[in-house]
Amino acid sequence: MHDLHTVVELSRLQFAATALYHFLFVPLTLGLSFILAAMETVYVTTGRKVYRDMAIFWGKLFAINFALGVATGLTMEFEFGTNWSQYSRFVGDVFGAPLAIEGLMAFFMESTFVGLMLFGWERLSRGKHLIVTYLVALGSNISAVWILIANGFMQAPHGAKFNPITMRMELTSFTHLIFNADAQAKFVHTSIAGFVTASIFVAGVSGWYMLRKRHMEIAKRSFRMAVLFGVFAGVGVIGLGDALGFIDGNAQPAKLVAMEGLWKTEKPPVGFNVFAIPDQAQQKNLYQVRVPGVLSLLVTHSLDTPIAGADQVEQDAIARMKNGIPAALALKTLSANPDDAAAMAQFKAHQKDLGYAFLLQRYAPDLVKATQADFQKAARDVIPNVPVIFWSFRLMVVAGFAMLIFLIVATVYSLNNTVHDKRGLLKIAVWFIPVPYIACELGWMVAEMGRQPWTVYDVLPTWMSASTHSVGYMIFSLVGFVLIYTTFAIVEVYLMLKFIRKGPDPLAPDALQYDAAPAAAGLAR
Amino acid sequence: MELYAILKIVWWVLLGVLLIGLAVMVGMDMGVGAALRYFGRNDGERRAVLNMIGPHWDGNQVWFILGGGAIFAAWPTIYATAFSGLYIVMLLLLWSMIIRPLGFEYRSKVASPTWRGVWDWGLFVSGAVPMVVFGAAIGNMLEGVPFHFTWDLASYYTGSFITLFNPFAILCGLMSLALALYQGSTMVMNRGEGAIWERARRLGIWSGLIALALFTIGGFWVAHLDGYVITSVVNPAGPAMPLHKSVAVVAGAWMHNFGAHPVLWLLPALTYVAVLIGAWALGRGWSVFGWWLGALAWIGTLGTVAAAMFPFMMPSSSNPSQSLTVWDASSSETTLLWMLGWAIVFVPIILTYTSWAFWVMRGKVTPAHVENDDHAY
Ligand code: HDD
Ligand code: HEM
Ligand code: HEM
Repeated sequence: MHDLHTVVELSRLQFAATALYHFLFVPLTLGLSFILAAMETVYVTTGRKVYRDMAIFWGKLFAINFALGVATGLTMEFEFGTNWSQYSRFVGDVFGAPLAIEGLMAFFMESTFVGLMLFGWERLSRGKHLIVTYLVALGSNISAVWILIANGFMQAPHGAKFNPITMRMELTSFTHLIFNADAQAKFVHTSIAGFVTASIFVAGVSGWYMLRKRHMEIAKRSFRMAVLFGVFAGVGVIGLGDALGFIDGNAQPAKLVAMEGLWKTEKPPVGFNVFAIPDQAQQKNLYQVRVPGVLSLLVTHSLDTPIAGADQVEQDAIARMKNGIPAALALKTLSANPDDAAAMAQFKAHQKDLGYAFLLQRYAPDLVKATQADFQKAARDVIPNVPVIFWSFRLMVVAGFAMLIFLIVATVYSLNNTVHDKRGLLKIAVWFIPVPYIACELGWMVAEMGRQPWTVYDVLPTWMSASTHSVGYMIFSLVGFVLIYTTFAIVEVYLMLKFIRKGPDPLAPDALQYDAAPAAAGLAR
Repeated sequence: MELYAILKIVWWVLLGVLLIGLAVMVGMDMGVGAALRYFGRNDGERRAVLNMIGPHWDGNQVWFILGGGAIFAAWPTIYATAFSGLYIVMLLLLWSMIIRPLGFEYRSKVASPTWRGVWDWGLFVSGAVPMVVFGAAIGNMLEGVPFHFTWDLASYYTGSFITLFNPFAILCGLMSLALALYQGSTMVMNRGEGAIWERARRLGIWSGLIALALFTIGGFWVAHLDGYVITSVVNPAGPAMPLHKSVAVVAGAWMHNFGAHPVLWLLPALTYVAVLIGAWALGRGWSVFGWWLGALAWIGTLGTVAAAMFPFMMPSSSNPSQSLTVWDASSSETTLLWMLGWAIVFVPIILTYTSWAFWVMRGKVTPAHVENDDHAY
């Protein structure tokens, strides 16, 4: 038999693992593609061959990373259907559209031109090759637009309405779907996060060469381009991060509660918790360090707008559950008889809180018999995991500022051409390579765990979204993914390190030595 | 006819176009991957073969991704029900498929023969398994899948995963693999020379003829298979709700459409004509012509299945009345209309730059070329 809640938990674990894994490769693609384009632009406009060598060298690392981005992206495309079939049926009418458009508009472009970018150096004129490289960069970033429109819909479902005849969300306004403020801010923040990731990556690898006095020509130039690019991106990611926080404050009060550890509603202006030890069970911070007034400024951009704490959010949720029950009850009647006018009227009167009735249904399968305790439990669910989200958010922000400071210092030394002597700074550059990756993963933890208990905010609870599989199936697939992805990770890191060690030396690719004499090497069959 | 009904039919056709695009373009690369060790006997030859499709496999693969995306957007109930119902099979498809990007990209980056050998087998698996699963999935649609819905449309699959690999489904899977090998062979002939070319020619002819034999057996089998017939009145422009109709199971019902509209026989005929002329053309060395005939063979084959099943898309063998059809499994009118707009704008653009990419990379690839090219796989 299938145990619903275990299956849901396993599906969440699997989605989180595979999505976080996909996002290990995505940011570098988003940013490095533009850095490649920039390098090639310099080559085409100045004709200096070193920039061509740079583009080719970083292009190799790009390709190694890209392959895994593609492989793990395939998993994501399947996973909604395989593991989240109820979710897929429920919102496919809306959510499927951006996913399909992503394929039409972005993946085709990116994937077709990436082949030409890697194989076309001798076949295309300089100008055409440059255009191809830009199209790759554009394609990958357009793919981010559409996937984040899809994700933005889950965070703030605009442009759709539940249809009680077909029992699902249906599109009402395509423009509302795509011009969703949450999605727009998310796209810019995420894309630029990719730029930061790529600039730190290129700076780190170049720094490593400079420390070893290898490939100095290429390393110095790459370093400079990367950190310059990075400074702008670093400012942007912080600016848009602030915008996202602002939007969350309005659209998702429960997420804000978690990000800031706000258990009790307070009179404005509200202080910002720099440090806190939140305790979910007792719904309070065991310890906290506060800067007065700052939070109000950050999330409401004013000093007198109130901010809801967990207590307020839970109370609102209970009211909405009560109001949603008649809508959920009407659905069953409408399923058997779509023409029942009374049921339709009852549904219409209460439809805006339907999602909250679903939330309650987890504890009270028969909504008519819901007890006070059921309401309390369901209301508790509305507050996501505060300690994890609170700290993920803070670490992301710290990482953001740390990287920005590093990038500014590095830019200064790089511009006055002394950076190759600053061994301390170069070592820091190498140590910084993991930081943007960590920040990106933490950002997604905030975004997605902060959305709990919903898959579609205020509309569809996570507990109703998974497929009806057995626990055995879910364990089988999880184990499969862990094995395959671990192998992939080992292979990728091995190849990356191998090609970084080898460096940009076009004359000695060991593959050539090997192939020159396949028969002599005993490889002929 | 009302707009909504027309849109459903248009998207049913477009789904067919996507599946054909997938079968032709991805099938070609999978055929090359599956037969890599046959086309290339030593490392140099294998690298040459890989580089023939090297610049294109990723772009081609998007037909597959878009196939998934378009089912999600236009036929969400089918996306949800089929992908979760056929769970283990889907995992098999996915796990074998994700080896491919790494196989192409990583194989030649390390000189060790063991390393390359492992990836060669990886490419074999990730070429052969997905094509068999693709065919088997279509076979299962013809047979019906044991699933049902609760009143709120949560779907439950009640079969075991072994039932998905029944003899008929395996037959369809092998036929699909054979056509892929044919298509891959034409590509290798286009861009290969000498011994590689000769091997591809032989494989192309044989796999085409085998595909035709399997198609014939499959055809007779389908004629006796249980088919499905809608027995209540349905409104083609009605809301997409699969619980309000009744369906009967009738042996041989998949032949009804052919009986009612004899012109549909042109579809299976197309498969025959295309494969036979194709095999002959390959014999004469006309591989580009053979490639296009392979594409026609896919159109004939998938068209035959679609014509037999219409309006059914995913029949339920355990609760036939809840089968999914063109009329009750689609998206809303608004979504279908918007998506049609996007498709009309972007599909021609995609076809244009894809053709350009093939044109830029045209010409023969030989082991000697590959050795001297720093960018090659
Ligand atoms: C290099 C990576 C990086 C850096 C330095 C930052 N972020 Fe970020 N952040 C991301 C990478 C990221 C991300 C991976 O791109 C996320 C996950 C989901 C999303 O849209 O972007 C994200 C999400 C995310 C969210 C949640 C969005 C949601 O609820 O959907 C907020 C509020 C912020 N960020 C705010 C910030 C602030 C104020 C930063 C200031 C320094 C910051 N981020 C730096
Ligand atoms: C690649 C970047 C992404 C990462 C790292 C990521 C991360 C996560 C994580 C950590 C969870 C688990 C949350 C929890 O259960 O507590 C999750 C769940 C989920 N995410 Fe994302 N996510 C990403 C992108 C997306 C996008 C773009 C979408 C939609 C298009 C999406 C849809 C979902 C769904 C459907 C779930 C499962 C339901 C749930 O648990 O909320 N994710 N993701
Ligand atoms: C959970 C939802 C997601 C799905 C279903 C998904 C799907 C895919 C697929 C199918 C591919 C392979 C495309 C190809 O063959 O070229 C891919 C690659 C890619 N995806 Fe995702 N993706 C998801 C999340 C994200 C997010 C959140 C982003 C960016 C913000 C993103 C950005 C990219 C990029 C840039 C690529 C190019 C290849 C690479 O990563 O190196 N994806 N994705």
